[in-house]
Amino acid sequence: MNGNALNILFVEDNPDHAELVMRSFQDHRVANTIHHLTDGEAALDYLLRRNAYRNPEKSPRPHVVLLDLRLPKVDGLEVLKAIRSSESLEKIPVVVLTTSHAELDVGKAYEYHANSYLVKPLDFEKFTKLMDDLGFYWLGWNHYPWPGTDS
Amino acid sequence: MSVPLFEILLVEDNPDHAELVKRSLEDHPLGNRIHHLSDGEAALDYLFHSVKGSDSRAPVKPHMVLLDLRLPKVDGLDVLREIRGKRELDEVPVIILTTSSAEMDVKKAYQSHANSYLVKPNDFQRFDELIKALGSYWLGWNHDQGKALSKPSAATAGQTWKHLTPPQAYGESS
Repeated sequence: MNGNALNILFVEDNPDHAELVMRSFQDHRVANTIHHLTDGEAALDYLLRRNAYRNPEKSPRPHVVLLDLRLPKVDGLEVLKAIRSSESLEKIPVVVLTTSHAELDVGKAYEYHANSYLVKPLDFEKFTKLMDDLGFYWLGWNHYPWPGTDS
Repeated sequence: MSVPLFEILLVEDNPDHAELVKRSLEDHPLGNRIHHLSDGEAALDYLFHSVKGSDSRAPVKPHMVLLDLRLPKVDGLDVLREIRGKRELDEVPVIILTTSSAEMDVKKAYQSHANSYLVKPNDFQRFDELIKALGSYWLGWNHDQGKALSKPSAATAGQTWKHLTPPQAYGESS
């Protein structure tokens, strides 16, 4: 990584889960800016810079997207599909973070080229551990197709 | 006793790097078996039972593929594209592990649906930490349809080594 902050787009409608994830990223030693949205339509607006997110300064292109599947308005799988069919967005790593381990969801997510599929552990301690490992891996080690933004 | 093992395909032509990867994964708490091949053609032959695509058997489905980019005979990106061209292998994580941090390589890898792109650290200790972090993440946490059947119990998810120190990337971001 050539320094600067990594932008994370985080799409999650459950406030408790969002709180846990946000806290974990705020504590992280790698500089990051997390943009939290609570429904699939807002996520699409952000990614495609529509409506409330027409100004690119308000919608910096994310380095990685953390995506819940069951979302209000537009389903997470639809968001993933839209990312993969946009030339400017297709390379963004998308990590699905969901409570569903239904085979159909897992299969569809990989069919649309999710980079990783994670099932939220019910146990609080495990959830925290998952977030540590996730942050460690995707912020600390993984390389992205474009550099971080000035922070 | 049949303890299920993670099958890992390692495609790497540098013998020193291959040795390091094997050693780092050896003591993974979840147990694994590494199949090491040193060129792209051998990797395709292994996955698709040789004679490129003419074999009707289902391809070999490892739990994870660690793929170098600069490989003899068939380039790593071409191996990646062949893997991603097979629906049966959709959910097999392919992790690029290379010395190249060239933007063009990173972009092409993601465009061809690599799951993750990692650059080998020069430092031996950091190399070991990277391999352990990737082992914990992909073998411990990442989910696929076959997890319940083919992988060690989901109850072991999240088991990791205790002594990891943060990657140098932490320091680089200041």
